[in-house]
Amino acid sequence: MIEYWNPLVERMPVDELDKMQERKLKSLVDYVYQHSEFYKKKFDAAGVKPGDIQSMDDLKKLPFTYKSDLRDTYPTGMFCVPNEQLVRFHVSSGTTGKPTVVGYTRNDINEWATSLARALTSIGVGRGDVIQISYGYGLFTGGLGLHYGAEEVGCTVLPTSSGNTEKQLDLMQDLKSSVMACTPSYFLFMNEVANKAGISIENDTQLRVGIFGAEPWSEEMRSRIEEATGIKAYDVYGTSELSGPLCTECQYQDGIHIWADQFLIEVIDPETGEQLTEGERGELVITTLAKEALPLIRYRIGDITVINKQPCKCGRTHPRIMRVLGRADDMLIVRGINVFPGQVESVLMTIPEVGEHFMIVVDRVNELDIMKIQIEMTDEAFSDKVNDIISLEKKVAAALKNVLNLAVKVELVEKGTIPRSMGKAKKVMDNRKL
Amino acid sequence: MEEKIIKQISLFAENKPGRLAHIAENFRKAGINIRAFTIAEAGDFGIIRMVVDKPDAAHEVLHDAGFTVSETSVMGVEMEDVPGGLGKIADVLGEQNINIDYAYAFVTKTEKALLILRVNDIEGAIKVLHSAGVKLIDMADIQEI
Repeated sequence: MIEYWNPLVERMPVDELDKMQERKLKSLVDYVYQHSEFYKKKFDAAGVKPGDIQSMDDLKKLPFTYKSDLRDTYPTGMFCVPNEQLVRFHVSSGTTGKPTVVGYTRNDINEWATSLARALTSIGVGRGDVIQISYGYGLFTGGLGLHYGAEEVGCTVLPTSSGNTEKQLDLMQDLKSSVMACTPSYFLFMNEVANKAGISIENDTQLRVGIFGAEPWSEEMRSRIEEATGIKAYDVYGTSELSGPLCTECQYQDGIHIWADQFLIEVIDPETGEQLTEGERGELVITTLAKEALPLIRYRIGDITVINKQPCKCGRTHPRIMRVLGRADDMLIVRGINVFPGQVESVLMTIPEVGEHFMIVVDRVNELDIMKIQIEMTDEAFSDKVNDIISLEKKVAAALKNVLNLAVKVELVEKGTIPRSMGKAKKVMDNRKL
Repeated sequence: MEEKIIKQISLFAENKPGRLAHIAENFRKAGINIRAFTIAEAGDFGIIRMVVDKPDAAHEVLHDAGFTVSETSVMGVEMEDVPGGLGKIADVLGEQNINIDYAYAFVTKTEKALLILRVNDIEGAIKVLHSAGVKLIDMADIQEI
């Protein structure tokens, strides 16, 4: 098995990586200042000239870029190349506002594929694998993003896109898919449909690896998936503004390697914007070092994570981001307490009686926030004694209270009533009129 | 003794309109007849317990319809439909330290009362009730009711 896609880069000594990043940062700042009216104005307003950026310490002089900048310059006002140099557009779903448009040069597409080629190699996926890509194709970056990466490493791609689950399962068996790429919630749904049809993913398919992302998921969810289906489940990271899915964990499943020759990462305090040190939890900020069409400088991506620069057992020297707990803007504030849906998931998945799907419902009653968690129980957990069910609700509420420091009402609902998702699962219903 | 164990169908249902109708409709289609029935309600949800003529088929139908459903072992005790009938049974079980988890009763066409019991020790309960001369019915009797 090939261990590295590009061992020279992936195992480059850290000081060389740092020098490379510094060099690339300087030329990037020159490049955007010359090619993008948007960045020129932004830097001028902040009183920064490209010449001021001489070392990595100067990074914090550069102003942040926000998702709102992409929206305000819709569609292509931030781009650094004329449209005729673009080979593709992707457009975000726009669920939280105006959509954002990302454009790619030929080289951008190649860099994207390279990033995933390294990642796929690091989890032992390559020639001989049939990868079923059940992320949505089209404007969403998930499908096509992984598609090009998988072709790069020599996988056979089965581009099923999302939906039509029975057919997905037929194809998985008939064409012997060994790798599945989709959202973790869709995979769980797929497993439910398979079980109903009497198909065991573990015994009746060749599936051995899952590449799951596009929504936050927990370590506990990973254990559930791996136990239920016998596959190894890996986290993938990326967002449409950066390209799409870009990086994964390596075989050691201990954080996602972010390729330092392509991306410069920082973690900041979301309130003050101050850089935090390695190991401190904060908001991820990314500077793209290799993109031509739409480079991003200190882009506030909004995900809450921790950077880990410690040596990884796999031998790769690039920094890792530890499991994303949620997005800064997914964070709920309930009675003044910060709650991430990911925390709720972590707690629920440690309780064997609780099924995989849940919904957080927040209401405001008489000026007081009420948080309710709807769960389904597993078939095995059902007891026909009322007290047993009430004890289960209490047990779950106590476990949640312990972690969230917040009183929660737990409501058992009938199996199948929490909406299943083919894409990103909606896990919060906030009914408060604020 | 085994044949005196009756398979009761228990299912979890949210407390909202239409749930019972949905269950009944599934039974109607599958030709399943309910012999005894009760709902234990607890706020947002209820547990429906039923003795039916074809428990295995009922389990399958409800499971396929997406319900969380189980088969529970209970006993069917035939009582004289006269005052004191229930007291005798409760005494016998109490003396042997057998606890009744829940019970529900109905009257049959033959002027007998039928008591469905879930206890913490079903084998023990069958034994003591049998020695006390109490008649326990079995699945065949249920089908004939």
